[in-house]
Amino acid sequence: MKQIVSFFTSLKLTVTLLAFSIVLVFVGTLAQADEGLYGAQAHYFKQWLVIGAHLFGHKVPLILPGGYLLGVLLLVNLISAHIYRFEFSRKKFGIQLAHAGVIVLLVGQLSTDMLAREMQMHFAEGETRGYSESASDYELDFVSGGQVTAIPEKLLKSGGELKIENLPFTILVRTNWHNSDLSFRAPMLSNAPPLTPNGVALDFDFHRTEDVKTTDQKNVPTVILEFLAPAGSLGAWVASDWTGDAALVEAVQNNYSPMGAGMAQNIVGRLVAPQAIHADGKTFTFTVRPARVRHSFTLTLLKATHTTYPGTDIPKDFRSRVRIDNPQTGEQREVEISMNHPLRYGGYTYYQYQMDAGQAAQAAGRKPTSVLSVVRNPGWLTPYVGCAMVGAGLMIQFLYHLAGFVSKRKTK
Amino acid sequence: MKMIFQKWLPPFLMFVMALWFFGNLQTPKDQDFAYSEFARLPITSNGRIVPLDSLARNSLLAIREKQTLNTEPWKGWNEHPRFIPATEWLANVMMNPAVADEWPAFRIDNPDLISLLKLPEKDAAKHSDGKHYSWNQLQPSLETFDKESKRVQNKEAASRTAYENAIVKLHDRLMVYAQLRNAVQPADVPDWPAELAAYETLIPFGVAAVSAQQAGRPYDQTNFNAFVAYIESFQFMANLEPPLILPPNGAREWRRMGAALLDAPRPNGVPIDNAVRDWAKMAGALEAKQPDGFNAALLDLRSQLVPAQAKAMAKARAEVFFNQMQPFYNAMVIYVLAGLLAIFSWFNLSETLRRSAVWLVWLAFVIHTIGLVYRMVLEGRPPVTNLYSSAIFIGWGACLLGIILERFHKNGIGLVVASGIGFLTLIIAHHLALEGDTMEMMRAVLDTNFWLATHVVAVTVGYASTFVAGFLALIYILRGFFTRTLDAATGKSLARMIYGIVCFATLFSFVGTVLGGIWADQSWGRFWGWDPKENGALIIVLWNALILHLRWGGIIRERGLVNCAIFGNVVTAWSWFGVNMLGIGLHSYGFTEAAFKWLVLFVASQLAFIALGLLPAKLWKSFRARPA
Repeated sequence: MKQIVSFFTSLKLTVTLLAFSIVLVFVGTLAQADEGLYGAQAHYFKQWLVIGAHLFGHKVPLILPGGYLLGVLLLVNLISAHIYRFEFSRKKFGIQLAHAGVIVLLVGQLSTDMLAREMQMHFAEGETRGYSESASDYELDFVSGGQVTAIPEKLLKSGGELKIENLPFTILVRTNWHNSDLSFRAPMLSNAPPLTPNGVALDFDFHRTEDVKTTDQKNVPTVILEFLAPAGSLGAWVASDWTGDAALVEAVQNNYSPMGAGMAQNIVGRLVAPQAIHADGKTFTFTVRPARVRHSFTLTLLKATHTTYPGTDIPKDFRSRVRIDNPQTGEQREVEISMNHPLRYGGYTYYQYQMDAGQAAQAAGRKPTSVLSVVRNPGWLTPYVGCAMVGAGLMIQFLYHLAGFVSKRKTK
Repeated sequence: MKMIFQKWLPPFLMFVMALWFFGNLQTPKDQDFAYSEFARLPITSNGRIVPLDSLARNSLLAIREKQTLNTEPWKGWNEHPRFIPATEWLANVMMNPAVADEWPAFRIDNPDLISLLKLPEKDAAKHSDGKHYSWNQLQPSLETFDKESKRVQNKEAASRTAYENAIVKLHDRLMVYAQLRNAVQPADVPDWPAELAAYETLIPFGVAAVSAQQAGRPYDQTNFNAFVAYIESFQFMANLEPPLILPPNGAREWRRMGAALLDAPRPNGVPIDNAVRDWAKMAGALEAKQPDGFNAALLDLRSQLVPAQAKAMAKARAEVFFNQMQPFYNAMVIYVLAGLLAIFSWFNLSETLRRSAVWLVWLAFVIHTIGLVYRMVLEGRPPVTNLYSSAIFIGWGACLLGIILERFHKNGIGLVVASGIGFLTLIIAHHLALEGDTMEMMRAVLDTNFWLATHVVAVTVGYASTFVAGFLALIYILRGFFTRTLDAATGKSLARMIYGIVCFATLFSFVGTVLGGIWADQSWGRFWGWDPKENGALIIVLWNALILHLRWGGIIRERGLVNCAIFGNVVTAWSWFGVNMLGIGLHSYGFTEAAFKWLVLFVASQLAFIALGLLPAKLWKSFRARPA
């Protein structure tokens, strides 16, 4: 027991963990050039054990403790040393406070990692949103007479079978592509049989692509499903985020616009045509789209402004004027969200994220749109508290030593 | 006599250097053309109001990597080549290209590029130094160059060779020059005032001809053709996006000349105003070598800026003064002198030399501070806004720490630190200034003085103090290994300094890093994103914390501390520059390949010092000299 205590409270453990942290952060930074920011985060930092690394375009065999392991061990080391060695003295107070602050920071970051949710709200001027969409998670939605049944995309495992309470059929998942691309099946040119004999697959071919690597790109999942009603099969269908995400639909339209505006319109019309199945006397339309979180209030984008410095493209300011309508509290007010000035409301924080407005949008004849990043993070205050504690602690310690140093020189 | 000498030499030296500094503040008198008044004219470039002086210096820096133009570079310095100031060069590029196009303003170093363009080698007889070429010399090979340039532009920046980088560089330089050539007048028009007058007279007839042609009615072919030719050439000017040289008029903000000329015939356009005509008069007078006409037109143009643009004029005037003062260059020169005196003082242990160095470091520090504060006032920003200003600020912070150390220890070490880091960082800043305008506008997400003043300053102080600790450690090794001057007391005092500075560095780099996280939380909703710049800062914090814990645990002692502090230099240089070279993440800015080469050299040199530091004590001169 004593050995265990002395191991976990030892300074040697601290030093070892710090050294490993430095190596891990360095390797995880270099690897971003090969693996991308998201890839490196998942591979090195949000990980217990790192096996193998990608550096300078080569695979390097190495084993390192991952971010989670180092974080937890540091936390155990700190807390046990704190309990074991704690003594209240003026000389040690600053150091104790600083270390307590580091504990707050570490706990806060681990909790953020588990509890925080990141979403987006995408709207054009004049549009109203009562929900936010996840930036990384998707869901398969069934809509029947205003009732929505959402199945998280993560549950749709290739070869799996799902029976959901509200749905009078079983879902067979044939394949689930985490990221996909599509191409239009031009009549006469595409001779290969369609992926499935129903719906959107008749006009479009979907194929699997590699997962994205950077933060500014998104995966576009596509699933091939078959529905089994008690009466028999309802056929195989393709459900894809390509049809459910307004921004992607617009991208497809722009992609085909060189063929003529009418043609592009026609192609997009086929892409967004609702797909429906009939079972138990009801009609179910379905699509894959970013997972939604519904709010008890709505936001309406009144105006999106993007200003640049005169005579340049250097962005000066992004600003969204938004109206909050909350029927529960009777609130109806306007607020402005801009860079560095987020809106904190109803447990969520709304940040100005992207914008398509200003001269470029005007010239292309697009409606000004704004994308807000929506974050729910119950632990958002911990960095503030932790930083204050460490700062104050180190400052106290520093001044204490400085005072000692100066008075010692004076007595000399 | 000796006493008096010892007492008064230090302040006297400082007084001489101060005189030298103030002597440089004098503006050279204009001989005929009022170039120094021209330099103070405010315009809008790079999104901000600048004096023409800054435009001239920044453009010439971009093209020639110097702030003056040597028109006869093939001559040795003893043959007195003719130098002309940046403003005179700019005036001629903009308004008298026939003369400016002959000046060798383009610096080209890459031998492959020189041979591609069939440019002459170094040969004084042919008036070539093999490095600087004129616009006219480049013209014959422009087609070949364009072909290569198009190919290289399509290539990913990371995979370009040195030759290809030289192509991109020259392309950018040609663009800068072309913009300036078309800022005032269509570049190849002789007698612009007459041409402008002809255009003004033609406008009503031209508009009539064009609208008749569009309506399908008969129209005057001559007027139509002439008018369309004008419009095309003005369109060309405007499309190059040169600086905005025309002050606001009515509903129009600062405008480009090309845009104003195109605006005039429009139904609700602003007719050609006096500012346009004054610029034309200046161009005509410069071409005809008539200083009086030039100066009169300039005076008229300036009178139109009052009172609406009085603020812009005052700002432009202040910036010209700042440009002439060159505080960072002057401080750099004085740092060198001070550092040398301080190092000499170690060898003959002369207190007079050390005191002289103290006075000089103070002078350099004051000039450095003046420059820093002046910049802040000009920009209306906290001290650090970009990589350039971070170099200035790191130097300033390190110098301040060095002065404080010297106050306590009085052994010349603080002085060497202050002048050494001051000099090195100002050299780095000088090279970073070649990238262009150092006071560029802040992008939307960075446009917050609160976070720039807290997070950025704290992190930069962290950098500065980590460098100070590393520099102290270098002094320890250099003096200990190569000289006998590191006695036990000096060694101990150095180690104490290093320890104290590492504590200080831990405080600031930690607070700065966490404040950065809080800023990120405020502006895009995540505290920590493992972005390379964030990670770089985190590594500094972890490294400093590691040193402190190693020391507390007694795992390292004096020499271990010294070696760890040197590695702090590597860690900090990596965070300051290295992460920008990964080319990923939210914080990455452009960088030059030269910077990469220097970073590798720096890291290698630091590792070499650590290797020296690890050698056994019997090989150290100082340790052998100590009594056992």
